[in-house]
Amino acid sequence: MGKFQSVFDIIGPIMVGPSSSHTAGAVKIGRATRYLFAEDIHYVKCHLYGSFAKTYKGHGTDVALIAGILGYNTDDERIIDALSHAKDQGIHVEFIEDYSAVPHPNTVRIEVMNATDHLELVGQSIGGGKVEIVELNGFNLNLSGNHPAILVMHNDRFGAIASVTEILARYEINIGRMEVNRKDVGKEALMTIELDQNIEPEVEAALRDAKHILRLAKVVD
Amino acid sequence: MFRTVKELIELAELKNTAIADLMIEREMALYELSYEDVFSRMESQLVVMEEAIERGLEGVRSVTGLTGGDAVKINKYLTEHEPLSGPILLDAVSKAVATNEVNAAMGKVCATPTAGSAGCVPGVLFAVKDRLHASREDMVKFLFTTGAFGLVVANNAFISGAQGGCQAEVGSASAMAAAAVVEMAGGTPEQSAHAFSITLKNMLGLICDPVAGLVEVPCVKRNALGASQAIVSADMALAGVKSVIPTDEVISAMYRVGQRMPVAFKETAEGGLAATPTGKRLAQEIFSNQTTK
Repeated sequence: MGKFQSVFDIIGPIMVGPSSSHTAGAVKIGRATRYLFAEDIHYVKCHLYGSFAKTYKGHGTDVALIAGILGYNTDDERIIDALSHAKDQGIHVEFIEDYSAVPHPNTVRIEVMNATDHLELVGQSIGGGKVEIVELNGFNLNLSGNHPAILVMHNDRFGAIASVTEILARYEINIGRMEVNRKDVGKEALMTIELDQNIEPEVEAALRDAKHILRLAKVVD
Repeated sequence: MFRTVKELIELAELKNTAIADLMIEREMALYELSYEDVFSRMESQLVVMEEAIERGLEGVRSVTGLTGGDAVKINKYLTEHEPLSGPILLDAVSKAVATNEVNAAMGKVCATPTAGSAGCVPGVLFAVKDRLHASREDMVKFLFTTGAFGLVVANNAFISGAQGGCQAEVGSASAMAAAAVVEMAGGTPEQSAHAFSITLKNMLGLICDPVAGLVEVPCVKRNALGASQAIVSADMALAGVKSVIPTDEVISAMYRVGQRMPVAFKETAEGGLAATPTGKRLAQEIFSNQTTK
């Protein structure tokens, strides 16, 4: 299966210009970051690579990433003023141009934090507004920001995966795609599950209570 | 399902159905949606395109002032003179420019397949619709046809300038539009594929070299000329002209050219027009203005 499936990946998104990969894609990566962190963000640091590093000012990639962090959509006309909105909300923002070699020309590494927590992810804007999250807190993964998804950090133990899939089955939630990564045998592992629908709070609570589950994050479509 | 243009054409011939309908069926099957869901979502994309054209024709200016106002000029010329290239061609040009000027001004557009190439498809569609007596439904279907071809390109090559140069963006967009014009004009699926190939072949090697890294110069005018080329290619295919190289091979050639294209020509603003003395001067002026703001 190719990376592009929906006709609306091609005829769309509806967006504020000027660049689908540098503006709309950046908004989506910012939004994914916000959903994954799921807490108040006090500080955002964006490391920009490749074409992102060279042209972010002209394309509004900086405003777009922060617009996403603020939860705006790709067609939100507030995008253009996102930096001042972030400032008003007390979010400190920093951009770093990094010229190290990266596999994809439009790559960003975003670090978000508050007093108690920290999250770091790497996103790629692969064209036409489509994005992929390829790294999360040191785990490699393959997550398109285009479907609802849950990310489950768990202990690499027998039954951890079964306990999650059993809950999803019980609530009749269909899994579109699933991937499991771990740093080492028996250590922390990460399940990436793309779903056909957003999950209800009830399901989320059940998942959080499941065996061997350490942490859960939702990406809402 | 289809992965290549060959499969798409065979499927359309086998089922004796339009490419647009195949695309709608596939979308319905993949996401378990009704015909109305899929169709109405595309209809809303059409509305955004129409609004962008209207706004551009009223006259917009980008933040940098590099682009804007040309759609108005072309449209005025079009009403006061008899254009050498013909009214439909120049109408497509003015509407493509209008769309891309709105995009450059951080206005709302529908990416087709990208924002930088957002002018070709609507420019062509809104220019040919009256001549081809297209209903609103036909216009929505036009977009599904462009999407079907675009999906094949996106999955077998690329559609972004950063990955494959402008051939991947305006090249794909204008080829997609050419294929859809053929279908709207009553041509065969095979003729659609030829129109697609004829267009993309002429775009091979086109670099992405935006001045100051902005989607303005030369992007706006490349969309304009891409749109004009789509209509010419469609006419050629409808006349029975065939592409000697099959469409899927043209797409794969575009992919290989893009892979070997130096990074300087992939939206990094380090080569081509961006690296000319004027291009560099403009970049400097724009960024010094930004920091003093």
